[in-house]
Amino acid sequence: MPDSLSAAAQLPSVAPVVEMNDISITFPGVKALDAVDFRMFPGEVHSLMGENGAGKSTLIKALTGVYSVDSGVIRLGGEQVTFAGPAQAQAAGISTVYQEVNLLGNLTVAENVMLGREPRRFGGIDWRAMRRRAAEILEGLSLDVDPNSLLNSHSLAVQQLVAIARAIDIKAKVLILDEPTSSLDLEEVAELFRVIRSLKESGVAILFVSHFLDQVYEISDRLTVLRNGQLVGEYLTPELLRIDLVQAMIGKELATLDDLENRVHSGDREVAPTEGAKPYLVASGIARKGAIAPVDLVIGAGEVVGLAGLLGSGRTEVARLIGGVDRTDAGQLEVSGHPIKLRTPRQAIKHHIAYSSENRRAEGIVDELSVRDNVILALQADRGWFRPIPRKRQDELAASYIEALNIKTPDADTPVRNLSGGNQQKVLLARWLAIAPRLLILDEPTRGIDVGAKAEIQKLVYSLAENGMSVLFISAELEEVLRLSNRIVVLRDRQKVADLLNDGLGVDDLLALIAEGATEPEPVTGAAS
Amino acid sequence: MKYLGLAFSNRLFWPVVMLVALLAVNVIAVPGFLAITVNSEGHLFGSTIDIVRNGAPTLIIAVGMTLVIATRGIDLSVGSICAISGAVACSIILGSPNPDDPGVVGVAVLAALGLSLLLGVWNGFLVAVLGIQPIIATLILMTAGRGIAMLITEGNILTVESAPFKFLGSGFLVGIPVATIIGAVTIGFAALLTRRTALGLLIESVGINPEASRQAGVRARGLLFTVYAFCAVLAAIAGLILTSNQTAADANNTGLFIELDAILAVVIGGTSLNGGRYSLAGTLVGALIIQTLVTTVYTVGIPPIATMVFKAAVVTAVCLLQSPTTAAAIGRWRRRSPAPQPVAKVAVSR
Repeated sequence: MPDSLSAAAQLPSVAPVVEMNDISITFPGVKALDAVDFRMFPGEVHSLMGENGAGKSTLIKALTGVYSVDSGVIRLGGEQVTFAGPAQAQAAGISTVYQEVNLLGNLTVAENVMLGREPRRFGGIDWRAMRRRAAEILEGLSLDVDPNSLLNSHSLAVQQLVAIARAIDIKAKVLILDEPTSSLDLEEVAELFRVIRSLKESGVAILFVSHFLDQVYEISDRLTVLRNGQLVGEYLTPELLRIDLVQAMIGKELATLDDLENRVHSGDREVAPTEGAKPYLVASGIARKGAIAPVDLVIGAGEVVGLAGLLGSGRTEVARLIGGVDRTDAGQLEVSGHPIKLRTPRQAIKHHIAYSSENRRAEGIVDELSVRDNVILALQADRGWFRPIPRKRQDELAASYIEALNIKTPDADTPVRNLSGGNQQKVLLARWLAIAPRLLILDEPTRGIDVGAKAEIQKLVYSLAENGMSVLFISAELEEVLRLSNRIVVLRDRQKVADLLNDGLGVDDLLALIAEGATEPEPVTGAAS
Repeated sequence: MKYLGLAFSNRLFWPVVMLVALLAVNVIAVPGFLAITVNSEGHLFGSTIDIVRNGAPTLIIAVGMTLVIATRGIDLSVGSICAISGAVACSIILGSPNPDDPGVVGVAVLAALGLSLLLGVWNGFLVAVLGIQPIIATLILMTAGRGIAMLITEGNILTVESAPFKFLGSGFLVGIPVATIIGAVTIGFAALLTRRTALGLLIESVGINPEASRQAGVRARGLLFTVYAFCAVLAAIAGLILTSNQTAADANNTGLFIELDAILAVVIGGTSLNGGRYSLAGTLVGALIIQTLVTTVYTVGIPPIATMVFKAAVVTAVCLLQSPTTAAAIGRWRRRSPAPQPVAKVAVSR
């Protein structure tokens, strides 16, 4: 691992714009940050890395004035500052764009960009000046967006860029982007990166937080790694190998991941289960208007089928049809040779099909209920309200899944909202495993969760399939799809474009299929530009 | 300090403090306030007995309202259902040649409950099948209900002389007011029904996250029918008690504004109007607070013209004490150290 201070030698002439020294923040029972040092230089993209619970968001909140620090010094442009709230930090030139777009969809783009800073004239708002100013800012970012259009009429990516436009208009010296790419597709990410690069050239210091290692390596100049509230080190991105980065983040050997990789690829597993294995689910020509064109799909018993494609390619839409969440307009579904009709998720569950939504918070967990209640929910709903699961059995179920999936929670009575994202995902998985499905549909089960939990979930999928469960696996990370799937179905523009055995396939092959007509693989984020 | 912390974090803490404080005010004003005596007929008498008797209708409705609110709904029609159930029962009793026959009263009560069940199913249909927002869906019956009651009574106030019917509202059983017993049985039944089966869990789940519940296979539609029907039947029971107490069915005034008292009792009891986790014990305390308030107005001698203002002041105080901002402020005060301010937390908590 390179010397963690080597970066300082690279940038001797420039003074850091942000310097945080010896920062400690304690919450009841937890030392969230323990004497952490952090700095950012003007005109750089700096990635803050760490698992969930490492202290990333606490550090950001200390910098943006949301939390006050227990000890330590924050300097901005060389001067010591203390922020009493986010407004003061913003006034001092620190702007933040959060993961969920915090804008008003029912207002126009211009109104959103200028919200709270509308130019005044005769005691009212000078609408013309406002639109002009907004247009200038958007143009400065080379964004082709009509300032008079409603924000809601644009994609999430454009909304994100509008949020950035808003952030820079505040004359930001420091721009914090917290998971800005988690809901963007590849082209949109490329567009975002173009904007980030042009901001960087104008001298803004950009703090980039993302779970996507590819993106971190593509865009950031330097990295700061935190673990358990402590600083692991600061590195120049090109000098740090990925494997070293991951190790710095999780602090343990990657035995689990490597082991997994070896087991899947060493051939101790049938890669062509369609021969011999009876098809469990056969979908012929299932379609839904505006969502997905007719698709044929076969999932064998004990087979892991990966769905690959960009966001909006129809991968989630197919999964929702098979899970009974959305209704099909056309086509037939057969389970074990018997035709079935699915109108509701409940009916899918009756046929032992479980769909685990990609939208964990909105469609997955019931956040105010306890871990136990969340685990038993689907099972209880299936039994009906009149036949409650005995309390003793509930406790056994919860305890066994907490142990089997290594769910980190104080106890089974803790509300799920208090758990970290990865552990919430495991609770959701436990809910589906509790109903013993024959087909488990996992839509982005590893999105936004830390490396350790990710490896555990991958391992789980692997062992479930070994025990005869069929899995339909969706992930934006192609490596993951390749690692776990026996067969991979590629979708593009709401159509199925390929159905391949995972036999010597590589990320490049999949990328070529996803990026229509591409003869040679392109880098993950370089599709546009 | 540890136990104090536990008490502070319990959501029943402030409502109970409020109730005790109100009772204390009464004891100071009337030293014998808490005294309970047994009269010559063996009935219990005293101010606190009055509270648990007169508070029964509000409590009964609030129990149903708690479950409706837990599903993210609200039922504004309960007051009108009170009036309808009273009107149905009284008109049947009046139409019979023998109003003192317990059989006639039994038929009248069952008819009132049956019609109210249908009205509850109607509410459930509007909310669960047609997807109308609960506040609008039940506003329909709130408005139309008094008209229906008026049609049943043909515009008259129906005064009934029926001993068995009068027993419901003002009778005593083993010394305890019948209304109180009905109230206690209602809340006990609701607690058993929802907590001994999985009904409570599924109601809370639907109230917290309807889409996640749907995907988990919970049948929200059936649950909504159940809670609105249950709430309407409870409203009918409360209506019968009120009518029996007044020995008259008044289409215009029976159960007037009782929906607001019931909603207030639920909210004071710590169940959020956003749905989700509910507390029947909290609702009990809330209903008792509201009835104690009414009593306090008399014992302290607040002039009738100031009654509403006094009530509003107490309710404001309870709500302030329960607000997340106050809770955060108290938490800071208790720690007495400049701990990180949970700004973000306050913003997201419901």
